[in-house]
Amino acid sequence: MTETATPAASAAPAAEAAGIYKQFGSTQALRGVDLTLRPGRCLGLVGRNGAGKSTLVSILSGIYPADSGAVRFDGQPAPAHGDTGAWRRRIATVFQHSMVVPELTVAENVFLGRQPLRAGRVDWRGMRARAAQVMAEWGFAIDVRLPCADLTVEQRQIVEIARALAAGTRCLLLDEPTAALERGAIERLFARVRQLAASGVAVLYISHHLEEVFEICQDVAVLRDGELVLTSPVADLTKDDLVTAMVGPDVGSSRADLTGAGPGTGNGTAPDRAAPCLVVDNVSAELPGGRVSSVSLEVRPGERVGLTGLLSAGVSSLARIAAGAEPYTAGQVLVDGERLVPGRRDLALRLGVGYIPEDRQRDGFVAPLGVAENATMTITDWLATMLGFVRPRARAAAAAPFARGLSIISAGLGQPVAELSGGNQQKVTVARALARKPRLIVAITPTRGVDVASKALLLAELAAVTERTGAGLLLATDELDDLVICDRVIVLLRGERFTEFAAPPFDREALIAASEGILRQPKGDTP
Amino acid sequence: MSETPDATGTTVADRGRAAVEAALQGRSRSAMAISLIREAALLPVLAVLIVIGAFVNSAFLTVSNISGIGQQISALGVVVVGESLILLIGGMDLSLEGTYGLAPMVAAWLIVPVSAFGSGTKLNPFLGILIVLAVGAAVGLVNGLLIVRGRLNGFIVTLGMTIVLAGLQEGIVKGNTLFNLPSAFTYLGAAYVGKVPVSLIVTVIIFVATGLFLRYHRVGRAIYAVGGNREAARAAGIKVDRIRLGVYVAGSVLAAIGGLMEAGRVSAVTGQQGYQEGIIFAVFAAAVIGGVSLQGGRGNMVGAASGVILLGLVQNILDLANAPNYWIEAIDGAVILVALVLARLIGGEAAAE
Repeated sequence: MTETATPAASAAPAAEAAGIYKQFGSTQALRGVDLTLRPGRCLGLVGRNGAGKSTLVSILSGIYPADSGAVRFDGQPAPAHGDTGAWRRRIATVFQHSMVVPELTVAENVFLGRQPLRAGRVDWRGMRARAAQVMAEWGFAIDVRLPCADLTVEQRQIVEIARALAAGTRCLLLDEPTAALERGAIERLFARVRQLAASGVAVLYISHHLEEVFEICQDVAVLRDGELVLTSPVADLTKDDLVTAMVGPDVGSSRADLTGAGPGTGNGTAPDRAAPCLVVDNVSAELPGGRVSSVSLEVRPGERVGLTGLLSAGVSSLARIAAGAEPYTAGQVLVDGERLVPGRRDLALRLGVGYIPEDRQRDGFVAPLGVAENATMTITDWLATMLGFVRPRARAAAAAPFARGLSIISAGLGQPVAELSGGNQQKVTVARALARKPRLIVAITPTRGVDVASKALLLAELAAVTERTGAGLLLATDELDDLVICDRVIVLLRGERFTEFAAPPFDREALIAASEGILRQPKGDTP
Repeated sequence: MSETPDATGTTVADRGRAAVEAALQGRSRSAMAISLIREAALLPVLAVLIVIGAFVNSAFLTVSNISGIGQQISALGVVVVGESLILLIGGMDLSLEGTYGLAPMVAAWLIVPVSAFGSGTKLNPFLGILIVLAVGAAVGLVNGLLIVRGRLNGFIVTLGMTIVLAGLQEGIVKGNTLFNLPSAFTYLGAAYVGKVPVSLIVTVIIFVATGLFLRYHRVGRAIYAVGGNREAARAAGIKVDRIRLGVYVAGSVLAAIGGLMEAGRVSAVTGQQGYQEGIIFAVFAAAVIGGVSLQGGRGNMVGAASGVILLGLVQNILDLANAPNYWIEAIDGAVILVALVLARLIGGEAAAE
């Protein structure tokens, strides 16, 4: 366990995780994590997507049991797994997505599941009085009789914090609490967190935004690939130290491996002369997956443009808009000069947009149907006879080159995609996007959850297709390894275009820093 | 791939090449065998029923009895085709029962004279048949618009529609039964070609055509895609809403044709045709016993047809065995449950969901 030297840090831990291991299927999510929360201190927990933050939060809040290792509160062993009530009295978690019941009042939400009783019935008056008391005690100004549906996101968050405090919890986990908040609300949240810490509450603050960690945390812990790689007082660190700890050593394939071209020699000259195959012009949209505000970008034929940023930054929203899978409310999207009707995926397909969706289970394939049928789903009009009938042989013939090129391993092209491995399912999804010889390929996290070999193969194939056919590629991803095939990378921050990296090689640390909202001059490049 | 992939790209591809080529060589025998077994899951059950029938009554295996069964199940069969299509896109339609009654009712009302409780317009019976189809299409269109465009729950919409249609059906004839139907109108349900009922021939044609359409037509395949994963179908550029709307219309038109057959078979339209016999229960039972999934995306016409035949055989055997009248429904229901369990056991996970 990493011990820190500051005096306050020596107080008895309010919560402690020791040697936590957790495995999901074949993925080792946590490998021997030790973490200590002390009263009156705020510990920041940072790490990239998939580093194990959510798993650790779930184990600390009693949602999953650890495979091995122990959780202790105030030196006592944690309650048994499943005893939710006991866990709630020890530790409370405010999740990214609101967990208040909108139909109930503030008071009911504060005492959700443990309403005070009088003579066997809910003591409504007593409940309201006690809820009001908690609010007053902590300086929260919310009328406890209001239904939560009428509250702002910020106020709902306060209700959740009040719920934790009313239960007597002195240990609070905040899981990306600022993700849905406006600037002003974030400032007020920070003030509240400082106030809570000052009164002896132990806070674990999970965030993607490093500047927030520097603003309100005393200590910081960095998770990478399920391991705690750094624990230190914030004062001893620079932002660069944190970024370096988060990124770790570079393990991805090199650009030359995947594209057959050296750094910077890709398509630097030719594409500039061609008319863009994708124009995104001042596009705005309010989508559940993240807001997009007035973003403009262009992709030229044969050009591979990366789009990255944090999960909530609007990266996948913008990519889905470009693929016609989501509507937009302002601006316009042009594909080869033709306007894309907002949210009309069928029209986008016919304009020549191939689409590799983010969530392949949900959008990528029809599980009970076969490999060939899924791979050719975008070209049934090409395969059909005049009366609209598709001969299975024609379908198999159309799918076979993709099965070969992408090494789709199946028990036959008729095998239901449901029965394939994740990597092969993703290859089917990619085949479906490429089958129609797209002018523009929109790929969202195309290598997520696939093994290393398939990952390299998919990236190489995307690069090869753009070189061979002159299709443009918009590659939206939070996997930095994917961006290696790109000619330039655009970084979004909170739905807006933040910066651009104009030519490879892309500095991983600079990319991550930019995603977090920190602008660092990449060596030898002007953004 | 028509061109040679570049040297670096093939290194990984080489590894899986053998496996990929193996997959491309012919089709996997075991996978085909499994899918055949699933499609034919009910055949042994049907065989057993036929043996039982033969023992129960020597009249069972006569030509006239079998063609009688054929005529009895034809109307049900056509409605089952309609419901199966709707189930395949992941929907459900309770109001097929109402359409089955109302569509022939409206047409017959326009055709027959006032003395037979008609409207007195004395419509040409051939136009009447068009009216049957039009009423079916109209009901399906309203259902489809409410469910697809209005994003309302299909169960509730079609439940409400069933009640509306049944009410209209009663209301138009004020509880009377329309009779004296012209022979052109009853031909489909009543006529025979040799010893084979016309309704059976038409039903078989509808099953075969729908089966081929579902298996080989691009719209038929899109129906499976929409039912199997609506979002994935949308992402693949399929016009999901149009397919769903079209299927609701087609399903209702088929229900109307089934109603026309029934009206022809009994040479009359009662004010309660359809919901009097609770045909929608038999329709769902036949489809689900036949392996059409209530979750959408799974099932085929071979299965749906065996479901229909199974119900027809059971009904006929109970009749021939002189099963006590008061108990006949309990036995009928028990047989449906047993058939479901059998279909599940033989067909595996996906069956009878």
